[in-house]
Amino acid sequence: MKKILFTSAMAFLMFACGNNKKDSSGSGISIDGSSTVYPVTEAIAEEYRNEDSEVDVTIGVSGTGGGFQKFGRGDIDIANASRSIKEDEKAIAAENNIKFIELEVAYDGLAVIAHPENDWLDCITVEELKTIWEPAAQGKIKRWNQIRSEWPDEEIHLYGPGVASGTFDYFTEAINGKSGSSRGDYTASEDDNVLVQGVSGDKYGLGFFGLAYYAENSNKLKLVGVDGGEGCVEPTAETVSNGSYAPLSRPLFVYVNSSSIQNNPKVIDFMEFYLEEVPSLLKDVGYVPLTEEEYKRERKKFSNFVEQNKAE
Amino acid sequence: MNNIKANRLKDQIFKFWGIACTLLGLVLLAIFIGSILIDGLQRIDWDFITSLPSRKAERAGIYTALMGSVWVLVLTTIIALPLGIAAAIYLEEYARKGKLSSLLEVNISNLAGVPSIIYGLLGLEIFVRILEMGSSVLAGSFTLALLILPIVIVSTREAIKAVPQSVRDGSFALGASKWQTVARQLLPASFGGILTGVILALSRAVGETAPLIVIGALTYVPFAPESPMDEFSVLPIQIFNWISRPQEGFEVNAAAAIIILLLITFLMNGIAVFFRNKWQKKLG
Repeated sequence: MKKILFTSAMAFLMFACGNNKKDSSGSGISIDGSSTVYPVTEAIAEEYRNEDSEVDVTIGVSGTGGGFQKFGRGDIDIANASRSIKEDEKAIAAENNIKFIELEVAYDGLAVIAHPENDWLDCITVEELKTIWEPAAQGKIKRWNQIRSEWPDEEIHLYGPGVASGTFDYFTEAINGKSGSSRGDYTASEDDNVLVQGVSGDKYGLGFFGLAYYAENSNKLKLVGVDGGEGCVEPTAETVSNGSYAPLSRPLFVYVNSSSIQNNPKVIDFMEFYLEEVPSLLKDVGYVPLTEEEYKRERKKFSNFVEQNKAE
Repeated sequence: MNNIKANRLKDQIFKFWGIACTLLGLVLLAIFIGSILIDGLQRIDWDFITSLPSRKAERAGIYTALMGSVWVLVLTTIIALPLGIAAAIYLEEYARKGKLSSLLEVNISNLAGVPSIIYGLLGLEIFVRILEMGSSVLAGSFTLALLILPIVIVSTREAIKAVPQSVRDGSFALGASKWQTVARQLLPASFGGILTGVILALSRAVGETAPLIVIGALTYVPFAPESPMDEFSVLPIQIFNWISRPQEGFEVNAAAAIIILLLITFLMNGIAVFFRNKWQKKLG
């Protein structure tokens, strides 16, 4: 007994004192941020190991906001983001003398979804979506026929992502005009799979979530087209990437710190690999690639950024 | 007569009510474990345990997350065990019973109920930032050690309290000092109970996600930790990540990883039961 206590106490002391801080920067690449962008960057990191297995790429999921916080402090080399950096986040980065570049890597569509037995809804206008989801609708818009009179006189059941999700931010901004402004009386979940289950079991349900979740469950759900003023458009790889599925398609970003480019040539290598390989890997994770032109533009943008920072 | 009958009836009703309550919990648990087993069992093989995370569900494995969990578990034990036991011995055997010690007692019990994410925030500030450990295995282990310390202290005190007063009196009567009494009588006699408490606390630690995410534990790590200062991921984070992915294959992976996590917990509880039986026999 005494021995056990003694050894564990000794081991404790050894661990507590013996390990001085190890330099964690090294040749590793640290990435953090959005959970939406995570699968893309994970796929790249996985493939990059075949290129250069010496480089340890690590990816965290602290959310877009959490990622920018670390990015602004200079804790990470690359930030995954499902929206552009905000002014206050920029200000923090500037305070810490961090210069960066924003690169678009993919598109994500938000799909509006109904139950497969729903035979009245094929297309919905942006105004109608606003009628349903705006804060003023809370407690008032409760039946399908309140939105369009020929729709059934039945209760409408709404499903959507919770407030902490980037998808929620994006949808509310695109539809209601202000990020985060929405009615609160709907079934909310941060896990899109829960929303899939909800809508697929509810004939009078209506929901929205990432297009990838529809693609995996298309047999249980009905995809609704969205009319943004120029006729009805269903989200497909094509309509999302050429921008005609508006306003519910959004770009996904990665942000690269300039000092990482100066200190760690592997970051340049990794990002070049990223922009080269990402179109072919996106299918596996369910997102839509940019057009070839746009990737060329992003590659050019990145190589200019590298030139600039190397020269300094 | 009637009164007796009525009482018997009440007795019977309560008995069935009790059975129903017991079954409700057990049946739900059985359904849960059953569905996890059906989903995940066929996915578990050596490759699954030794592979790195991947975008393709059928190629993905839990190696780095599993090794991260093992590291965290071992370090948490090493940190929490001596601290918790020493604190409990002090409170139970040395501290003068008074206002201060009862204040401590209430607060330790309260700490056991503090949401785990609060410990994460504490760990982020103290271990990750002030002590500059970074988002390392060590910082994670210290955070979880804090989290389970109250449980370890409370259960250790209970175990020590359960040793009959006559053992203490006898030891003192033979001229033993307080330390000798604690080291040679109380600790061996209560060790089974202490260990049970510690292992149950660790079983809680191994399932924690929130505080580790707060201190910056990662999701994709292509290497197993080699030192306490390395970055890491743990099984619950990997499971959480998989569950929220759209592709169905990841759900199966999550179920398989849950089975592994459950196995670890069962194993630990098994060890606790084993030690408790062994030490109790010794005392008898």
